[in-house]
Parts: sequence; C-alpha cells; structure tokens
Amino acid sequence: MMSIIWPILVIVVTVFGVLGVAAVSTMLERRLLGVFQDRPGPNRVGPFGLFQVIADAMKMLFKQDWIPPFADKPVFLIAPIIGFLAVLLCFGVVPITPIWSVAGNLNVGLLFIFGMLGLGVYSVVLAGWSSNNKYALLGGMRAAAQMISYEVFMGLSVMGVVMAAGSFSIRDIVDAQTNCWFIIPQFLGAVIFFLAGVAETHRLPFDFPEGENEIGAGFHTEYSGMKFGMFYLAEYAGVALSSALVTTLYLGGWHGPLLPPFLWFAIKVFLLICFYILLRAALPRPRYDQLMSFGWKVLLPLSLLNILVTGAVVLLRAGV
Amino acid sequence: MLGIIRTIWMTFLHMFHRNETVQYPDVKPYLSPRYRGRIVLTRDPGGEERCVACNLCAAACPVDCISLQKGEREGRWYPEFFQINFSRCIFCGFCEEACPTYAIQLTPDFEMSEYVRQNLVYEKEDLLISGPGKVHDYSFYNVSGLKIPGKNKGEAENEAKPVDIHALMP
Repeated sequence: MMSIIWPILVIVVTVFGVLGVAAVSTMLERRLLGVFQDRPGPNRVGPFGLFQVIADAMKMLFKQDWIPPFADKPVFLIAPIIGFLAVLLCFGVVPITPIWSVAGNLNVGLLFIFGMLGLGVYSVVLAGWSSNNKYALLGGMRAAAQMISYEVFMGLSVMGVVMAAGSFSIRDIVDAQTNCWFIIPQFLGAVIFFLAGVAETHRLPFDFPEGENEIGAGFHTEYSGMKFGMFYLAEYAGVALSSALVTTLYLGGWHGPLLPPFLWFAIKVFLLICFYILLRAALPRPRYDQLMSFGWKVLLPLSLLNILVTGAVVLLRAGV
Repeated sequence: MLGIIRTIWMTFLHMFHRNETVQYPDVKPYLSPRYRGRIVLTRDPGGEERCVACNLCAAACPVDCISLQKGEREGRWYPEFFQINFSRCIFCGFCEEACPTYAIQLTPDFEMSEYVRQNLVYEKEDLLISGPGKVHDYSFYNVSGLKIPGKNKGEAENEAKPVDIHALMP
C-alpha cells in the first residue's frame, strides 16, 4: 500500500510545490525589481505585500476569458496547456533530494527534459499561429527560432556534464558532484547553459517573443484571463525549472555541508531565481539579429570547444 | 562583456541603497506654512467674516473659479454667497495676493479628492474657518476710514481726524 501512496504523494506535492513557487516568484520578482530600483515594490496587500499573490490570482481567475472570434479556437485553447504541461513534466525528472523525486533516476532524464523543452516551443508557436494576429505570429516565429537554436547550445553545453558523470540520469549527475561541483571543471558549460536557459524561458533580456516595444505582447497578445495566466505561470515555472537544472547539473544539487539536502537545494534555486531577476533589472534587450548571431557565432563554437576539451580530459583520465 | 558584468554588479549594489519612495498615506510629506493648497476664508480677531465682497479675488482668478455676490449689512459689505470651484482652481494664489483684507488664504492641505465632481464646489460654509489664519491681528474695519456703527470717521487706528473744510484755520 505504501508503495502506491508514496509516489502519488510525491507527485501531488511536487506539482503543487512548483505551482506555489511559480506564483510566489511573480511576487518575488516585483519586490526584487523594486529593491534594485530603490523603491519598495508592491507592499500594500497583507504583511510585506505577501497577499499580492492571492490578489493577482483572484484577478486572473475572474477576468473575462475572451477568445477572439477570428482565432483558431481548439488550438488557441490547447496552446497554453501544452506550454504549462511541458514545464511541469520536466520537474518530474529533477531530483530534489535523495528521497524526494518523481522520477529522478530515469536513465534518460536529461533527454526527457530536452524533449519536453522542445514541446514547449509548440505552445508558443501554436499560440502565435492560432491567434490569427500579425504581432502574435511574429512573436511565435521569433520564439520558434530563438528556442530551437538555443536548445542546440543548451544540449551541447550539457554534454560536458554528461561525459564527466557518464550518465544521462540527473540523479547520477548529482551523485557525481559529491566531491566537486561541476561548475568548477565545467565553468564554460555552466555559463552557456545558463544563458541558453534565459533564452529558452524567453526571460529578459532575451524576451524577444514578447518584445513589447516591437510586437505588442508577442505570442500572447490575444490571450486574457486564466489562459494568459497559464503562460505567465509557465514562464515563472520555467525560470524555476532552469534554476533547478543549473542547480542539479552544475551546483551539486542537494549536496552541501550541515544543512539538510532539501534546504541546500532550495537555497541554490532561490539564489538563481534572484539572479534571473537581477538580469532583468540590469540588462536591456538586444536586437533580435544580435541574439541569433551571438548564439550561432559565439555560443555554438564555445560549446563545441567545451565538448572537445572535456572529451579529451575524460579520455586521458581513462588512460587510453 | 565587462560592461555587462559591471552593469549587473552596479544594479546588484542598488539592493543596499535607501528607498527613494515616500510611503505617502502612511508618511505625510512636510508642507511649509506658505504651501498653496486648499483655500479658506478667515475671520478677523473679533470673529467676524473678513471678506468684504470686493470681487478682487474673482477678478484676479485666471481660471474664473471664484464666484460671489455682494450683500450689505449695517454699512458693511459681506458675501451673500461665496463659491470656489476646486475642480477648476489651479492653486496659483493670485486671489490671496489680490485680497485687500487677508480674508482669502491658501493652506497647506491638498487632500481634497471627491467621488462626485459637484462636491468640489465649496460653499461659504465650507470655506469659512473660525480663526484669523496666517494674519493674526488684522481687522479691516479697525484700520479703514469707513464709517460703521460704533466707529465714526477718524476713529480708526492710525487715522487722523477728518479735516473740517468749513474752518478757517490751516
């Protein structure tokens, strides 16, 4: 009996935990942006403005859920669900602590994540396409080009870690970092992975799919109410996912002295989310062609170089 | 590249800067006594209305927000009604400068929001305050040469007796 209840408990708590983290990080982002700009941020609702999350959720839920008459209705409805599900499913293979993970030992865990991130592109493209709106379509096209090309560098940069750990299972990768976090031998890969993660979640400064000054709100121009809320939550869940991935792949996951494993994981993820927000506060959005040329001309050669060097080192260690 | 890292670092340092925001409804800003806010009508030290309904404030007002009607009582002028439309008023203070009797004065208060626009038209009862405002000892009828009941010509402060034009002496 216990063998059935425990996995279900893990799944339910993880899903709601991710939802909670996504909701709270919307609040965290606004407060932190305020702090970076020498202002308090939203602080009127409840103690320290904490209930702002609830107020926002209520607003989202009770807003009119408008589907434009010119939209392709079934696709329009399903697009945000795909995006949200893809991000949620990724969390399934992220081991949070040695005992707490839905499928952390999955032997193709990393490949599963890349597959799901690939599905995430569909959400944005379909949203842009079904909206039947020029700006939404432009945003969708930008998102497709950006996410697909940055997924390349994301995958390539992670190969160094996979070679060093000798496994695609994220659990094994974390275990391989017991003595030395991969951010030290794989620093280049970590930086590329993080940058690709920013582009992959289309967060500022790489938020071209929704570049306000050029194409309105991009792919979610026509979305409102809870369907927009799902895009919104998926974005923040994506930030949390990206932070969790950097934590597990490069920062040793739950490993750390003194504190319990979960706390270490939470602290690392929290700091990375804060860094995401700091990036948003600090950097302006570059031009779209600059993003693409930066990706293909800088990140691609660098990540290939990273694979080459890591592979050579691994071969030398093996004593071939 | 270095510039980007420097930008991120400088933005991070802003975490330790002081908040510039004034949390307005909780923390009130300091308004000096000569701040030009809500307009009031003051009374003289005797408790009488200072306004003599001369209409100079209404003439000076660049947006024509003051409207009043002169009335007369025992030889003294007073406003039968006195309205200020605060939805028009620009708080320039020209009415205060124009007033010969220090009756109309601007106060350091700006919190006058209303839900109904009509409520921004203040009547005389809304404008009158019980004290003398910024000028404490001034009473127009005590210094003017006007004859009112209880005070003849030449009996005001610093006023010479009127010249007897029928007398021969210089």
